[in-house]
Amino acid sequence: MLDSHVHSDRIAEILDAHQGLEGPLLPILHAIQAAFGYVPDSAIPQIAKALMLSKAEVHGVISFYHDFREAPAGRHVLKLCRAEACQTVGADAVADRIKRALGIDWHETTPDGRVTLEPVFCLGLCACGPAAMVDGRLVGRVDESVCAEVAK
Amino acid sequence: MKVFVPLDSVAVALGADALVAAIEAEASCRGVTVQVVRNGSRGMVWLEPLVEVVTDAGRVGFGPLTVADVPGLFDDLGKHPKALGLVEELPWMKGQTRLTFARVGVIDPLSLQDYIANGGLVGLERAAKMTKAEIVAEVTESGLRGRGGAGFPTGIKWKTVSEAAGAQKYIVCNADEGDSATFADRMLMEGDPFTLIEGMAIAGLACGATKGYVYIRSEYPVAIRVMEAAVKIAREAKVLGPAFDMEIRVGAGAYVCGEETSLLNSLEGKRGVVRAKPPLPALQGFMGRPTVVNNVISLASVPVIMAKGAAFYKDFGLGRSRGTIPLQIAGNVKRGGLYEVAFGLTLGQIVNEIGGGTASGRPVKAVQVGGPLGAWFPPSLFDTPFGYEEFGAKEGLIGHAGLTIADDTTDMLQMARFAMEFCAIESCGKCTPCRIGSTRGVETIDRLGRGDASAMPILTDLCNTMKLGSLCALGGFTPYPVMSAITHFPDDFARAKEAAE
Repeated sequence: MLDSHVHSDRIAEILDAHQGLEGPLLPILHAIQAAFGYVPDSAIPQIAKALMLSKAEVHGVISFYHDFREAPAGRHVLKLCRAEACQTVGADAVADRIKRALGIDWHETTPDGRVTLEPVFCLGLCACGPAAMVDGRLVGRVDESVCAEVAK
Repeated sequence: MKVFVPLDSVAVALGADALVAAIEAEASCRGVTVQVVRNGSRGMVWLEPLVEVVTDAGRVGFGPLTVADVPGLFDDLGKHPKALGLVEELPWMKGQTRLTFARVGVIDPLSLQDYIANGGLVGLERAAKMTKAEIVAEVTESGLRGRGGAGFPTGIKWKTVSEAAGAQKYIVCNADEGDSATFADRMLMEGDPFTLIEGMAIAGLACGATKGYVYIRSEYPVAIRVMEAAVKIAREAKVLGPAFDMEIRVGAGAYVCGEETSLLNSLEGKRGVVRAKPPLPALQGFMGRPTVVNNVISLASVPVIMAKGAAFYKDFGLGRSRGTIPLQIAGNVKRGGLYEVAFGLTLGQIVNEIGGGTASGRPVKAVQVGGPLGAWFPPSLFDTPFGYEEFGAKEGLIGHAGLTIADDTTDMLQMARFAMEFCAIESCGKCTPCRIGSTRGVETIDRLGRGDASAMPILTDLCNTMKLGSLCALGGFTPYPVMSAITHFPDDFARAKEAAE
């Protein structure tokens, strides 16, 4: 209960800070995810009420976009590019080796909650692929040695 | 000592931040005063991180630089093992016509003084003395067409918005550059953000719009940071203000939001679902009001057009493709990067002469032009000149001018399958051909992969349905990579059949 109170106070602050924006829902969801690491279920009725939307509409927006999580991710998030330019320089094989090393598939988190593996379609590093993003940091010409960066 | 170390995502992804720390540490160790400027990238990705040291002769480049190479920057520069010579004299730089990217890599992206000293704001100042109709006429006369991929004449779009009735109009910049092999928008925003701001301000004057938005994809953290900082600086310097102001908005990982109507829905805070046209966004766009939606490069090309005149810009190019195009050469390529040049080079010149062939050293098998929705071109079509109509005539498109080069180890059946899979993952779900067709497409290509040749007519028919029946380019153009792979590389599809037999 304490948690949800803390959540709702912080969400109220975020909603307040976004007043006056045209089309504020995406900025609000980004801010909530930045604050909590995901968009808690409990946020939905609160957002809906503030923006005069239905809960279904808010849920629909959250579920449409790949970025928004409905549950916390692992301590590290490793995103690997799967797009064509990276494929031509061996991204599929690198991804397979990383999946084996971590013991997980796309969209999964290691059982110890250490790392979540996600596909991404293009980081704009198409002439120095395969590309990756480790906890928001960009990496070019990535290989399985990147696993060391998400080891702890 | 003045040193340039790019802040561009590519340089950062290859270790530029560690270089800055190493340069500062080495300087302090030696008691040398060093000024490190974080510039944009020159576009020579194979040389990144490319560090430049200012000398009496000019800016000398060193790359690709590692931390171990840093101490040498403080010794005899001529003997440095990574010395490249004067950057401006490198063949890659000399071969280009940099109009839109003139300042990228050259200036400090967040110095408005640098921007002005290098020709910035001249276009906006000229536009401010012109009527709306005169600005629109100038942009129309330049022949500038939408660089996002559709190639629609920018001036005509502006005219529609300019003449539309409405108390509030908007300029929306589409910076949702999701196509693989494209990074021109990112490089421009990171390397010369004020050019985009100036272009949008000119568009605002031309159309009577007082508010602008830049919708940047969340996969571009550096571009978001630089653009947000630049908008703040421009506002403080009164370049932006009551007459025209703008906000940076961040996407949320949906490829389809690069389509202008789904971008508008996303900007309004809705699911990024495609809208049927008409109504055109020019008349009923953001919040149902008249809206210009232009790509980053289209808007960023406007300042130079206004500064130097339509005739100057129009003088470059071929046929109905006027001006310059920033080619983005990517994938399995020896010399990848951004190369701005007038339209008209052949595909073979771009791939072999500028790009130097594959990085793997193996023969080029195919080049996908225009991102995930573009066709694969075999070497037999390398004589195709780079232009909107010229690529259209060969059942392809130039899109946002990204090129993915693939060597002979590439299995085109797998690439065709990926195109359908990508469409299935990213479909917004609004129209049936895209939503269902993409999944059926994956299944049908899997049948071919198992040697079931009877699936081929079904796949061809499905592609036709998607092409003609989809609401937007995602479903409508996914058949391009699929059908081009089948047409130009039939062996890759027949080989599977033989394997099964």
